[in-house]
Amino acid sequence: MFGSLTLNKGTFASNYYFNLKALPVTKKPSSSKKPEVTNLGYDARQAPINIKLGQDEKIALYRDMVRIRRFEERCLRSYQQSKIGGFLHLYIGQESIAVGCASVMGKDDHIITAYRDHGHALAVGMGMNEMMAENYGKITGCSKGKGGSMHYFDPSRNFWGGHGIVGGQIPLGTGIAYALKYKGLKGACMAFMGDGSVNQGAVHESYNLAALWSLPVVFIIENNGYSMGTSQERSSAGPSLAQRAEGYGMNWAIIEDGHDVLAVRDKVGQALKLAHDKSLPSVLEIRTYRYRGHSVADPDTTYRDKAEIEAYKSTKDPLNVFQLALLAEQTLTDEIIQKIDESARAEAETSAQFADASPYPSIEDIKKDVYWEIDNPADRKSVGALFFD
Amino acid sequence: MPVITYREALRAAMSEEIERDPNVVLMGEEVAQFNGAYKISEGMLAKYGPKRIVDTPISEAGFIGMGVGAAMLGLRPVMELMFFSFYSVAFDQIFNNAANIRYMSGGLINCPIVIRGPANGGTNVGATHSHTPESIAAYHPGIKVVVPSNAYDAKGLMKSAIRDNDPVMFLENTILYGEACEVPDGEYLVPLGKASVMRAGTDISIIGHGRSIQLALKAADLLKEKHNINAEVVDLRSIRPLDVETILNSVKKTSRCLYVEESKPFCSVGAMVACLISDQAFDYLDAPVKRLTSIDAPAIYSPPLEKLQLPSVERIYQAALDTLK
Repeated sequence: MFGSLTLNKGTFASNYYFNLKALPVTKKPSSSKKPEVTNLGYDARQAPINIKLGQDEKIALYRDMVRIRRFEERCLRSYQQSKIGGFLHLYIGQESIAVGCASVMGKDDHIITAYRDHGHALAVGMGMNEMMAENYGKITGCSKGKGGSMHYFDPSRNFWGGHGIVGGQIPLGTGIAYALKYKGLKGACMAFMGDGSVNQGAVHESYNLAALWSLPVVFIIENNGYSMGTSQERSSAGPSLAQRAEGYGMNWAIIEDGHDVLAVRDKVGQALKLAHDKSLPSVLEIRTYRYRGHSVADPDTTYRDKAEIEAYKSTKDPLNVFQLALLAEQTLTDEIIQKIDESARAEAETSAQFADASPYPSIEDIKKDVYWEIDNPADRKSVGALFFD
Repeated sequence: MPVITYREALRAAMSEEIERDPNVVLMGEEVAQFNGAYKISEGMLAKYGPKRIVDTPISEAGFIGMGVGAAMLGLRPVMELMFFSFYSVAFDQIFNNAANIRYMSGGLINCPIVIRGPANGGTNVGATHSHTPESIAAYHPGIKVVVPSNAYDAKGLMKSAIRDNDPVMFLENTILYGEACEVPDGEYLVPLGKASVMRAGTDISIIGHGRSIQLALKAADLLKEKHNINAEVVDLRSIRPLDVETILNSVKKTSRCLYVEESKPFCSVGAMVACLISDQAFDYLDAPVKRLTSIDAPAIYSPPLEKLQLPSVERIYQAALDTLK
């Protein structure tokens, strides 16, 4: 269990480990030896948060992962047809993380992430239509065509983006946690980042503030092994990314089974509980893998072997692994699988048609949503010019 | 009417807003226990407690970004930068996040944050601590920029800034903190975007913002005394929004304009104002719009030289005479 594990004792009772030392931490820094991780009989299905899952809930988890994948495959086609401009960062291979995390959110839990945001958006309940339309730059998009693929938002679903600068969203997530605590709400913010974020100063400053003020934030590093085209070994010092939390006296864990949606639910659920019950932050490093390049513009030929991708796909594909597990326990049948797949493909196709048929913003729209006051003229208190063209 | 300092006026504004709205918090380096590096927040921790007056570590990118996130969820953080110059450390958080969040979310998210602190030279602290970033801040759509020149405006503008639903950069001045003027007791607001004609005149418009206005008023006295020149002095008070109407009306009346500011000349506020005047009041001009700025180099440390680098009463006086030639 979460509380019984300590760090660097050699062998761990499961494939994850947690340092739950109470603040302030007086422990000596850990050795730089890479912690040994073993998988001694851990079964995420038996975790309390998962054991109570009903069949429908399990199918919903599976369906959400399929929907993300089919949506993104459709996005890729649209990009190749030049319907989508700029960047397109695909989440394919990482679906279990967004779905697992969103599935354990409570009413006052929030999510903020970086630019690889399609999975999180769908997982919190945003619709494919508004997302695809955003990719197409249409006025019907979730940000009215002003943000694009990297900048989805839906505050009504506690989803705060969608941020383009590596690590730049982490102080914001910390601030959301600050506001939750300030307002006395029993909620937390899950602040997602990639493995490339961990070397940004803003991330470390956020760690310090969160630990210093005991903010209810769960920093989630989706470690897919590559910050763009640079591997972890070539970019990040130290034995693990999450372990840097020790410097701030924060709880941390590595989740090796990032491809297992149930494992993600279990560990993230525990970290959320820690934030809810004790207002303590933590850092989770979730090991995962992306099948596509950094963005669609990345030909993915310079920094890794195709064999590496295939090896992961064949053993740890989040959809396949969960599908097999659900087939084995007869929650899923071939018929349901096919239905879910067809439905997701149709939904994605419909979203592309919706986006295609939607109008672009007008030239007048360029200057809307810049200033609250301009968009709410009846309540404007300032005078004078705010635009200068 | 009570006479209070610019420092006291800011403190009164923040205190009144903290009492009025439970979502207002003051955060920054040394604002609480230390009573403020420049004592703007003196006594506020004792009065309002540590939930409302919050000491941050020296971590501008972290705490400014945290304030932006808190504002997104409905708080109204007033973030003190000990020197506004440190905004550069938080540049990404201010100009990518605070400035763009409303736009990139298609209007779904607001960011009612105030980032405040002294933005001036003249105190011999060298180039790193003497930035005047009003034109850099105002360059960014989504941001509002306020530069009060006196205690009365400082209070009224600060209260308006805190209530504003857009992010406001509030640029103060360490040299003005101790300057006093008449400030009424209790509630009043000065709207952003309304310039103030500090002195009416007919011969030349001396327009500017911040402490330069105080210098311009003295230069105007000299011009009157020595040459019987009636200079009009216009204080913009806020850069964005900008009171274009008052600028144009003044220039149409006097036909000559000198813009005075402490910034460096390249892409300064004065450059923008000169451009607006050229576009919209060209036919009224009897001379090119002249600008007086700091001498175009990083802020020099050497105390007597820094005085020469910055606008001064003498330099303004001479520049006005040149404009009138």
